[in-house]
Amino acid sequence: MNNLVEKMLQGDRRSTARIITLIENDAPEKREILKQIYPYTGRAHVVGITGSPGAGKSSLVDELTREIRGEGLKVGIIAVDPTSPFSGGALLGDRIRMQEHATDRGVFIRSMGTRGNLGGLAEATRDAIRVLDAFGCEVILVETVGVGQSELDIMHHADTTLVVLTPQAGDHIQTIKAGIMEIADIFVINKADLDGTGKMVTDIEAMLDMSTPASGWRPPVLTTIALDHRGIPELWATIKEHRAWRKDNRVETTKEKVRRELAEIIQHQLTHLINRDLDRHYQNLIERVAARQLDPYSAAMEVIKKSWKGGLMQ
Amino acid sequence: MARKIRVLIAKPGLDGHDRGARVIARALRDAGMEVIYTGLHQTPEQIVEAAIQEDVDVVGLSILSGAHMTLIPRVTQLLRENGADDILVIGGGTIPEDDIKALKEGGWVKELFTPGTPLEAIVEWIQANVKV
Repeated sequence: MNNLVEKMLQGDRRSTARIITLIENDAPEKREILKQIYPYTGRAHVVGITGSPGAGKSSLVDELTREIRGEGLKVGIIAVDPTSPFSGGALLGDRIRMQEHATDRGVFIRSMGTRGNLGGLAEATRDAIRVLDAFGCEVILVETVGVGQSELDIMHHADTTLVVLTPQAGDHIQTIKAGIMEIADIFVINKADLDGTGKMVTDIEAMLDMSTPASGWRPPVLTTIALDHRGIPELWATIKEHRAWRKDNRVETTKEKVRRELAEIIQHQLTHLINRDLDRHYQNLIERVAARQLDPYSAAMEVIKKSWKGGLMQ
Repeated sequence: MARKIRVLIAKPGLDGHDRGARVIARALRDAGMEVIYTGLHQTPEQIVEAAIQEDVDVVGLSILSGAHMTLIPRVTQLLRENGADDILVIGGGTIPEDDIKALKEGGWVKELFTPGTPLEAIVEWIQANVKV
């Protein structure tokens, strides 16, 4: 067994952190490591936390962690922040709000940059979740800014998704990006001491009245003041309720989940192979299409026939 | 995905002057690094734990309180105790010449940057000293 994996399973924090780095870097050892940890995963409850910038997600994660730690459960936190598309760098500041737990051995916090990789973010996050799961975290909180598609894709890997809103102007539900409202299992109106909280709750309830959830779970709308720990015990209780409901109703079978993951991995691998082949073997073909001597569909078919022996056609 | 240099910028102890730390954090980000900033009033224990969990290459300590002779060695010592002394420790702030000499010769810090250091100098030092 890989040395790092062995040490991680014995509870070594440094090895756990190293493994997450290898995953983020898409290092050659990645696949072997994930293969070895797979039998140790599938135990944690994964909670996704998303919402607009400044909604108080980090503070909420901090307070939720305190609540969960009160039950003695081990908590993993993955905080995703945007990578600058210009410099490739990232300023990861979510820990500022979570330093209370920095020296608690029952909490492991990891910040990740989005790194702007096609589909790679959701994949890297899913694999990082697996690592913390195998490390023994019983609850894993994944925090992302709900702005882009890849951030939304991350939420597919959560068992329970919280959408965090504030009652302030600009956060009015009409203006919230389509796609975010639909993924919520629980709505959290944070900073509920501000004006407009009641209206916000009413608006969301009205929206929920109009759309019957196919699953049968109507997302509860909770109010919190994270900084005062107000509403946090109720939030944790509701997360546990959702977990129990999922279990009883077999919302998504393991088979469906596995099927989706396999499709994702295969797509990712194929995209990689296609790009590699196009760069290596088909410069000539690309030039012919560019010169309008050949149309792109015929060119694509030619590539499929040659590189894939027609296997991808039907 | 390629390897990225990861840096923890931390403010140990009781001083509340974080403008410098923020400017450095931003300069490193603009140079393509991933910068974890943990905020004010950190204990050495918190800093070392964050450095380990975040698997950083460099810890940058910003100290303007005069407590550098205590705090910098403490961070380095804790990194050693945790088997993480491959993480480079650098620092910045108002640190007298004699103390710089003592900290560097004592092996407590790899490099110290005093006020007036161009941002590029810090970026270049990190790029030159982190094995990518």
